[in-house]
Amino acid sequence: MENSVIFALQNIVVDFDGEPVLTGLSLDIHDKEFVTLLGPSGCGKTTTLRVIGGFVEPKSGNVFFAGKDITRLPPYQRQVNTVFQKYALFPHLNVYENVAFGLRLQKLPEKEIRARSLEMLELVGLKGYERRNTAALSGGQQQRVAIARALVNHPRVLLLDEPLGALDLKLRKEMQIELKRIQQSLDITFIYVTHDQEEALTMSDTVVVMNKGAIQQIGSPQDIYNEPNNAFVADFIGESNILDGVMLRDFLVEFAGQEFACVDAGFSEREIVQVVVRPEDIRVVPAIQGQLTGIVENVIFKGVHYEMHVRQAGTEWIIHSTQASQVGELIGMAIGPDEIHIMHRSNG
Amino acid sequence: MTPMKKKTVWAASPYLVWMTAFIAAPLAIVLYFAFTDKAGRFTLANITGLGAYTTVFARSIVLAAAATAICLVLAFPVSYLLSRLRPANQRMMQMLLMLPMWMNFLLRTYAWMSLLEMNGIINRFLGLFGVGPLHLINTSGAVVLGMVYNYLPYMILPLYTIMVKIDSSVIEAAQDLGANAFRVLTRVLIPLSMPGITTGITMVFVPSISTFIISRMLGGGSNLLIGDLIELQFLGNSYNYNLGSAMSVVLMAIVLLCMSFTTADTEEMEAMV
Repeated sequence: MENSVIFALQNIVVDFDGEPVLTGLSLDIHDKEFVTLLGPSGCGKTTTLRVIGGFVEPKSGNVFFAGKDITRLPPYQRQVNTVFQKYALFPHLNVYENVAFGLRLQKLPEKEIRARSLEMLELVGLKGYERRNTAALSGGQQQRVAIARALVNHPRVLLLDEPLGALDLKLRKEMQIELKRIQQSLDITFIYVTHDQEEALTMSDTVVVMNKGAIQQIGSPQDIYNEPNNAFVADFIGESNILDGVMLRDFLVEFAGQEFACVDAGFSEREIVQVVVRPEDIRVVPAIQGQLTGIVENVIFKGVHYEMHVRQAGTEWIIHSTQASQVGELIGMAIGPDEIHIMHRSNG
Repeated sequence: MTPMKKKTVWAASPYLVWMTAFIAAPLAIVLYFAFTDKAGRFTLANITGLGAYTTVFARSIVLAAAATAICLVLAFPVSYLLSRLRPANQRMMQMLLMLPMWMNFLLRTYAWMSLLEMNGIINRFLGLFGVGPLHLINTSGAVVLGMVYNYLPYMILPLYTIMVKIDSSVIEAAQDLGANAFRVLTRVLIPLSMPGITTGITMVFVPSISTFIISRMLGGGSNLLIGDLIELQFLGNSYNYNLGSAMSVVLMAIVLLCMSFTTADTEEMEAMV
């Protein structure tokens, strides 16, 4: 956060045929950070990226790059490059010419074009693929060409629009680590768009959670996960139990018919709040020791843990535990003060 | 493999019969007449005698090339805009472009006659402003206009067909990498449209170089094309089908030669798209 702001969006409004897409969005992006725009499809994250890239002109609002207003600057004059969702490689050019495209436009000497293109192909692990036709490459290789092509111009900011969406799970995990490595070795800003919360948490310095054309929360992955601002963020980032509750006084909250000690303060007395408890934060204990008791309705094996759905009074709880309980068993649930997150009620 | 192949050959047999009867056989007859005299003896006189008509051949090539070039320049931006419209609007615009083709070819060309005549609509309109009358009809310009007007859709359709396959994100990628509108055109749009361009050129150039109706109706007597010459040999006063066949053979050779320039790199391009 000590880095200077490289991109600033101020009150960006975008409509498509009268449909609001971005509703007065403001966002500062700091230099050399890995920033992820995260949200469900249709939340405006790709549109935000396209505003930054210059492909969508906002109806109102301003875009600043390194302090200069570039709202009306066309894409080809911006010092950013993009890795597109479907790679968008030039089908009439081979791997080398795809990467060299941006340098040829600058009319650089052939020697420099060659050196820089080969350097980028090496960075993305495609040395020796220069003469290949892009259509003959696998999805992962095409993706690497797209990254090399975008980085060869030495942009100060790289925009990535769901670049791993088309890859299978294993390759996606590899590329996540790869991208993070590239970002750190080049020491430039990455703005990354995804709907995959795990991807966002894995790679980012800062996560921007969006919904319905507005920012819900900005923070580090840890902040977003542990201290969600509202029910939408809590629900979108990982699984959550979200309940209505009443804040009795500082450090004491009532939900599910019980009083719980918590670590939150500063709410007004008897304020109606929302309570978030992560499924892995609920301890399964013998029924008599539990603060709450419930009947196990089903148990699903998830690899590392079991996911259990537990009915307690009118509420269905999701619990993640390494130990499986029996279906139909009466269990106790214990929740420590640190595991309870209190949020002001959102209108959404 | 083998039973599949047998079936494939069977499926083509109606076309093979058609081709033999109506394409290969007539072609053989034309070749026969081109190299024989009236008595049926072999001769090269028909071919060598064509030297007298060099100007007509040259005029045909120049006018057809001009019409093709104008069609390309007109059709390229239109096809691109068409390919970027929403699918529903694309169908609508496509239909509007095809609409003139539903009218009879002769009728359309007659319409241009009455527009371009010395006391035609255009000259009468210009007369209101004290301009003219301009000499519009019976010029080579009028012939080119007729060709462009009649064959423009044949340039637009193949271009459009190729251009709808170009993903907008490829164009955005070029802009993103620093290409202004002109560079996007020369580095991405034209190379990717090449198969459509060559098909369009073929589909406009071939009918243009062999037309005789357009040149007769809009060109008057002074703008004879090869097509008119050939027609004269078969239906006109000169009645010499040996010479007419020779002209047809040479015209075919010219067309094949012109096409070989364009198709060579088309195959290369189509492999990539």
